[in-house]
Amino acid sequence: MNFDLSDDQVALRDGVRRLCEGRFDLPRIRKGFDRSLFAELADAGLFSLRADGFGWPDVAIAFQELGRALVPGPLTWSHLAHGQVDGIVGGLERPAGDGPILVEHPDVIDHLAVLDDDGIIVVAREVLEPLTPLDWPLDPLTPVSRATVVPDGPRIGDADLAAAWRQSGALLTAAYQVGMAQACVDRAGAYALERHQFARPIGSFQAVKHLLADMAVRAEVARAAVDAAACTVEDPTVGDPARAVSSAKVMAGDAARLNAKGSLQVHGGMGFTWDVDVHLYLKRAWVLDTVFGTPDQHADAVVSA
Amino acid sequence: MDLRLSEADEAFRAELHAWLRAELPRLPSPPTRDDWPARVRYDTDWQRRLFDAGYAGMSWPRAFGGRDASPTEQLIFLEETTRAQAPYVGVNFVGNLHAGPTLIAEGSETQKAEHLPRILRGDEVWCQCFSEPEAGSDLAGLRTRAVRDGDHYVVTGQKIWCSFGQVGEFGELLVRTDPDATKHRGISWLILPMDLPGIDVRPIETLLGSSEFCEVFLDEVRVPVANRVGVENDGWRVTNVTLSFERGTAFVSEMVDARRLADELRPIVVDPAERRELGHVLAALDALWALTQRNVTQAGHGTPGPGALMFKLAYSEARDRLGELTMRVLGRGAFDVHDYRVEERLRTLSIPIAAGTSQIQRNIIGERLLGLPKEKAWT
Repeated sequence: MNFDLSDDQVALRDGVRRLCEGRFDLPRIRKGFDRSLFAELADAGLFSLRADGFGWPDVAIAFQELGRALVPGPLTWSHLAHGQVDGIVGGLERPAGDGPILVEHPDVIDHLAVLDDDGIIVVAREVLEPLTPLDWPLDPLTPVSRATVVPDGPRIGDADLAAAWRQSGALLTAAYQVGMAQACVDRAGAYALERHQFARPIGSFQAVKHLLADMAVRAEVARAAVDAAACTVEDPTVGDPARAVSSAKVMAGDAARLNAKGSLQVHGGMGFTWDVDVHLYLKRAWVLDTVFGTPDQHADAVVSA
Repeated sequence: MDLRLSEADEAFRAELHAWLRAELPRLPSPPTRDDWPARVRYDTDWQRRLFDAGYAGMSWPRAFGGRDASPTEQLIFLEETTRAQAPYVGVNFVGNLHAGPTLIAEGSETQKAEHLPRILRGDEVWCQCFSEPEAGSDLAGLRTRAVRDGDHYVVTGQKIWCSFGQVGEFGELLVRTDPDATKHRGISWLILPMDLPGIDVRPIETLLGSSEFCEVFLDEVRVPVANRVGVENDGWRVTNVTLSFERGTAFVSEMVDARRLADELRPIVVDPAERRELGHVLAALDALWALTQRNVTQAGHGTPGPGALMFKLAYSEARDRLGELTMRVLGRGAFDVHDYRVEERLRTLSIPIAAGTSQIQRNIIGERLLGLPKEKAWT
């Protein structure tokens, strides 16, 4: 048992982190997902990690870094579909409750992968019309359009593949959420040192310090859960992959959402503004809680397993 | 990064498993909670069995009779013994996991020779005399005075929360030897023979109605200077050295028990909201097991990570959530504390308090890991 990053994994983590810091800083991220962003990520090999021989723990490490930088786009779907569907691939899970059919990143994707209990079909973007864009989407970096019907398309996988995608999708989303949770700790921690009130840094007050400590613990515990899930999906002899992934999605979802709210609180009034990036983390956390199983759905799965 | 056990570790698990299967049926029946002489006999008998089988002092160096086991083996040992519902370390706790390691690191040759073999064989029971009524979270503010008088220290003061105080033959005693130094600098670590004149031990009744802890009153107790461990006034450092023996395994038995309790709730919880809450608790326990594996790995590499300082806080919260869920599920069925699930709910109320409250843990995380400044001290 060696449940720590190997030297290669540290190098992978640092490499993706440098890439994000160099090319995908927040001013760029705020411009949203577009074809050039996709091309740069694809060139860096971030959608082909599995095809290039990396294991699930490696992919999870890379996705933690993408989450840390809040890189927008249908990253998980494009990774899942790599090698099977060309171009930029978004995704939709069905049934997704009684709510409206919402297509994310409708102006950039080439294909939409639709996942249901019978399998996976692929719908070309151009046959998705008519789409009605939401002019005030919850997450400004996740543009969405409302569809009235999901057209049929060629089937690319059966129910087993759909189940595998759901599991991998939950794992990579959880990894991304852990990265977000850690970013919230780092940003709020830095702000608590820099912001002075009553002639001292606000981070010296225990009321603020304890909030930050809880955030740091949430991120670290969720990271352990995500890494364990990745190791279990990679080598199912060490545990139950479905259980491990569900636990990870619960913990990572909570960590991303609660840490974003914690960060908002530490930032005080500035956290309530559009210009400070904190709200982008919270809004993405809410969005990601709805994909590949909500925390409650995964909690139900854990207890029923 | 992987979670596979090596062949050697699997072999160790199998060997231990076989031994437990053979040995556990041979144990005498367990004593009742308040029969302390019987508890000492039972726990030290178990320690002797471990010793005879080569499982005593898992973390201790071979030179002192230990097994010098890797952190992973220590994890397996605690996991398997708890799963098999073998006896707990019980009254051997302080000697094996605290005083013993302290003597190994800082004791004189005479002190080591006198105590270490006896601790390992279950021949000697220790207790801890650290906290004081006025020195809890602020342990370094302790006031029990030790005044040098020739070859002795004359010790006067009061200790509290002394685990196993009523049965310990020796106590690990922290005293103030220099009242003029800053608070961390004037402390010394003494071996206290609990039968010296002037020592009065009074059990404290906890909210369980039991007495795992004692108050110890010291009235001009003459402790030989030869019983000092380490240099005079260096006791704070000596105390903290023990912590470096921690291999991320401190809560393994707790974790195994918590998961068992949660799994036992599974078939009896029918209310959907309670089932969902149980799912959240199980997920948290899964994550904490993964964090244990990470902490053990990092301790084995000699590079403890942030998780080592975070585990207790996170475990305290998950365990409280499990305890509260237990009470919701049992309802009026929880009125009888003979139900061990209820007893566990009561016992675990101490976890966010003992060995550093959750509030102190948050200060440590904030200051040591996040680099936040200390709050201004009151003067």
